[in-house]
Amino acid sequence: MNLAIRDIRHHVGRFVFTTLGVGLLLMIVMGMGGIYRGLIHEATLLVDRVGADLWVVQGTTRGPFAEISRVAANLEDRVRVVPGVARARRFVSHTLQREQGGKPLRMVVQGLAWPDDQGDWVPLVAGRGLRQAHFELIADQSLGLPLGEKIKLGKDLYEVVGQTRGLVGTGGDGLTFFTVSDALAIQFDVPGEAVRLERAARRARVADSDLGRLQPLLLDRAAGLSSGIPAFATPQVSAILVTLKPGADAAAVRRILGTWPDITVYSIQEQKDLLLAGMVDKARRQLGLFRVLLIIISTIIIALIIYTLTLDKLRDIALLKLIGARNRVIGGLILQQALLMGACGFGIAWCLGFYLFPYFPRRVLIEPPDLVSLGIIVILCSTLASLLGIWKALRVEPNTVLAG
Amino acid sequence: MNVVVSDAPAIEVTNLRKVYGQGHTEVVAIRAATLRIGRGEIVGLFGPSGSGKSTLLTAMALINPPTAGRIAIGGQPVMDGPRALVDARAFRRQHIGFVFQKPNLIPFLTALENVQVALEINDTPARQARQRALDLLGYLGVGPRATNLPDALSGGEQQRVAIARALANDPSLILADEPTASLDGALGRQVMELFAKVAHERRAGVLVVTHDHRTLDVFDRILDVEDGAIRERANPESDVQQ
Repeated sequence: MNLAIRDIRHHVGRFVFTTLGVGLLLMIVMGMGGIYRGLIHEATLLVDRVGADLWVVQGTTRGPFAEISRVAANLEDRVRVVPGVARARRFVSHTLQREQGGKPLRMVVQGLAWPDDQGDWVPLVAGRGLRQAHFELIADQSLGLPLGEKIKLGKDLYEVVGQTRGLVGTGGDGLTFFTVSDALAIQFDVPGEAVRLERAARRARVADSDLGRLQPLLLDRAAGLSSGIPAFATPQVSAILVTLKPGADAAAVRRILGTWPDITVYSIQEQKDLLLAGMVDKARRQLGLFRVLLIIISTIIIALIIYTLTLDKLRDIALLKLIGARNRVIGGLILQQALLMGACGFGIAWCLGFYLFPYFPRRVLIEPPDLVSLGIIVILCSTLASLLGIWKALRVEPNTVLAG
Repeated sequence: MNVVVSDAPAIEVTNLRKVYGQGHTEVVAIRAATLRIGRGEIVGLFGPSGSGKSTLLTAMALINPPTAGRIAIGGQPVMDGPRALVDARAFRRQHIGFVFQKPNLIPFLTALENVQVALEINDTPARQARQRALDLLGYLGVGPRATNLPDALSGGEQQRVAIARALANDPSLILADEPTASLDGALGRQVMELFAKVAHERRAGVLVVTHDHRTLDVFDRILDVEDGAIRERANPESDVQQ
């Protein structure tokens, strides 16, 4: 006969409400773990999906996801001729915030080396990839931009031609994909007045120099478009993505690129490690501490509830002892209730999380190993929580029954 | 292993002494009590409050070790002074049944389960335990209430279930502590007659602590306890001396 189940049956309302409370607490513990997993997933999503074997970034920097990285766009031509390299693509990444419909719209802008890279690797849920050099973008659904929507960024209008789902950056902002030239135009857009002032300043600097006095035609050049001045630097991009030839020796390619002092080369794993160590680590530790605290709180709450339930039936326990029940029968009654409370709480947490977590603003990723480990923790905590009640029960004298 | 000899007295207490406290706080609850209850015998234990009845009962129930003296149950020595000669809890489980002033049924178990649990903790398989519990409830006239929780039973029915629980493991000794105190006269008498029936039909020794003088005729013998001493009343039909 299972005494624990029968006691619960008799106090079903109290058990259900208590277990619901424990379940909500465990859901938060589960959610904390899920948020951490979600952070990692979102942080490494792009690095995983972009399909590059090596990332070439500005020398001594940790790459575009950790800090500002600037390399010349024509670095891709230098990289392309290295033996073993099949493909080199420019890559631009930056975050911008605009207003759309009166609400802030934050997006992570990714520049694709069109026409080599038209975003065909991007997992679309609607629309198509980039099919022209300008004024098109692929946007994640989290941004709320429907297909065909036109948004003004800088001085130009861009049309949403493709949609992804769940592609977000490390900050949880939706990813957008433009051609590199559009991404740069958006990044370096400045107001017309600033352009005019810069041109006037440039003309004045040339006019003050010997060259300007000797070559008056240069003054018109200096006051014209920046792109029309050959002496100006080529555009800067965030990184160059390298795809190796099948069977190529990645170490050999890295050795060659490693001799170039203006760049640093990272493998996919190194890039992911930098991302996780730099951006996610503190969040991970913070969430981890919260989880530990919540688990301790859950254990204390279960312990107190079980202790209270035990106090309520001390007389029954004394009676069981008087009629000869072994300690394991009495301990089992309390332990089983604690375990049942933990197990039901865990089930409630899982069910609630299953329906609630998708509505959270950041991804909450619950993975089977995390569920298993939390389940084990719940079992351990429930066992620990029952000890107080068992201790109390085992101290009860059987003759308590005879008193009054 | 506990060996109880079937033709031995249900309980034999020799020179039992129980002292609480030490020095100037010392209180002698029982002085050199000796008694013997045979199988199939029902004995009433009378005495005023504070006379040592409950102390004697708890000592005989192996839950309150005496300071001195010996106790043998079913012929087996179980206490020698404060020293237990058997595993007290296991011995109670197998050989002693208890009935209290209040029925003390476990509130979350049905009448049937309250009896069944006593059998199952004595390692009786669940199916057999259930059948025996049903038989006992039927024997005591509460079979139709087997699936009711204690809350749904009357006081008399609850006490009958408690008696069924006490009988569950076919004990050689039943100890009852004022079992009719919370029952009205007619019901109290019914319960006492039930004890007598159990003692005579099931060959158990029954010791009933009571104040109820209306049921004196039920007992085979009457013991009076006064100031920790036991005295057997010569005429069981006579009134209590106190």
